[in-house]
Amino acid sequence: MVSHDDVKYVARLARLRVEEDDLEMYSGQLSSILNHIDKISELDLADVEPTSHVLKLSNIFREDVSRPGISKENALANGPSVENDAFRVPAILEG
Amino acid sequence: MNLLRLTAVEALKHMGEGTLSSVELTEAYLSQIARHDGDVSAYLKVTGDSARNEAAAIDAKKGDRAHLAGLPTAIKDVLCTEGITTTCASKILENYEPIYTATCVRQLMDAGIVTLGKTNMDEFAMGSSTENSAYGPTRNPWDLGRVPGGSSGGSAAAVAAGEAIWALGSDTGGSIRQPAAFCGVVGLKPTYGSVSRYGLIAFASSFDQVGPITKNVMDAALMMQFLVGKDPLDSTSVVYPSEIPLPVERDLSGIRMGIVKELVGEGIDPGVMTVFNEAVEKLKAAGAVIGEASLPHSEYALPAYYILAPAEASANLARFDGVRYGLRAGETNDITEMYEQTRSLGFGEEVKRRIMLGTYALSSGYYEAYYGQAQKVRTLIVQNFEQALEQFDLLISPTTPTTAFGLGEKTDDPLTMYKSDICTIPVNLAGLPAISIPAGLSEGLPVGFQIIGQAFTAPKLLQAAYSAELAFGFDKVSPLIEGRDQDGI
Repeated sequence: MVSHDDVKYVARLARLRVEEDDLEMYSGQLSSILNHIDKISELDLADVEPTSHVLKLSNIFREDVSRPGISKENALANGPSVENDAFRVPAILEG
Repeated sequence: MNLLRLTAVEALKHMGEGTLSSVELTEAYLSQIARHDGDVSAYLKVTGDSARNEAAAIDAKKGDRAHLAGLPTAIKDVLCTEGITTTCASKILENYEPIYTATCVRQLMDAGIVTLGKTNMDEFAMGSSTENSAYGPTRNPWDLGRVPGGSSGGSAAAVAAGEAIWALGSDTGGSIRQPAAFCGVVGLKPTYGSVSRYGLIAFASSFDQVGPITKNVMDAALMMQFLVGKDPLDSTSVVYPSEIPLPVERDLSGIRMGIVKELVGEGIDPGVMTVFNEAVEKLKAAGAVIGEASLPHSEYALPAYYILAPAEASANLARFDGVRYGLRAGETNDITEMYEQTRSLGFGEEVKRRIMLGTYALSSGYYEAYYGQAQKVRTLIVQNFEQALEQFDLLISPTTPTTAFGLGEKTDDPLTMYKSDICTIPVNLAGLPAISIPAGLSEGLPVGFQIIGQAFTAPKLLQAAYSAELAFGFDKVSPLIEGRDQDGI
């Protein structure tokens, strides 16, 4: 079971806010989904290798050649708050 | 000539011969959009003016025509288009104007398509009904009281309503095939790695794949010729190992097809099974050798998927933080507060649910029990398919357990909604190619027939699907196109 506190904890980890009124809904739904997911525990997986990716690829390299990057104007074009050619954010350091 | 009934291949032929102009074709689709999209809501944005300009420029151009010149195309709003708002059907990207175009879209544009607009979808491609769009649901052209499927519901509905000659979709757990099935059109999920994901807004990166939604198999093959290829900007894309020819008229003699026994039993609607079984008889009559295949671990595919995909999504969607693009909410001096307010206001319920589910599965103390185990289940599913595809050339099943369901019918219960992808999800876990083609109607609604192939064998899959399409002889179109026939276009 996913408790109200679990929902709050996970929401906090994910930088989401869940309203008090919605805690019951999310805890119920997440519990029912996880209950279904728990079916996996029926399987003996001790000797099975994990698959993170279906293509057997690793370390794709390319030549280290310089190429144009995006312009400052383009990079900032979609910023919701831009000032002095930079993204403006609330202060992250005390001072 | 009914322009709304023309396939892409037929339209190209007429335009090449000079009996049809790009402008005429584009206008036919734009007028169908004007007439019906108020009801269907397949599009989030229609780029009518630029479509007309593109079509006129193609008509004015002397000399050789580009390969796909003048084909009016709909693009799922999960794909970035430079200068055209791309929302992913989310409030958090309401005003987002990408500064680049997705590679797969660029390749089609370079080949001459006319862009009609961006189609509706479940927010961030999370859903099976297109009801999770922040901009309202799309409706099924066969019955406006029903969903078109999802998450590429807008693209499938656009093709089914005669509002695009073909469309681009994306498929993470069935998001091309399931809506194609519900809307009576063809949808192909290519092998993972065939099509560049650069510019595809990421949901679950080890599953996501872009593919065609078309009126028939021939058009799907045509679009695939221009979608595949290695892209230096997506290091998981590969050089497609073969040419992808257009299929030819041929029967199915000697083709071994395995009915996946776990996907035809319990939980599949009897009406769907009736159409499926009739379709199998038609394949037999066309020479196919039909047997029973087994994916013994398929019942664990849905649980594994709902750990892995949300886990990947929770990481991918961390980028929506109100700093570089998209919505920012809250007048606050606290950065964590700003993140939380932005994301809570910007994301819809299903997206929040999946982010929380994925975060939970990756969190300390649960990682091994959920994520680690699910990755092992993924191995079993891959092995199941390998074994089944040693015995058979292709695997077959219904695409979906039911036909299109009613709007609002499953929105209160996420798990029930998730189960509408039970036949498609196993394929994504293994990264294989699969196509849905319409096989018939059940109580007036289309039923999709799924054919699954080995990795990187699109030519074989498309040829078999084309032969199956001929055998099925399904030639019904939605009432929105049928109605236009009577208008004598």
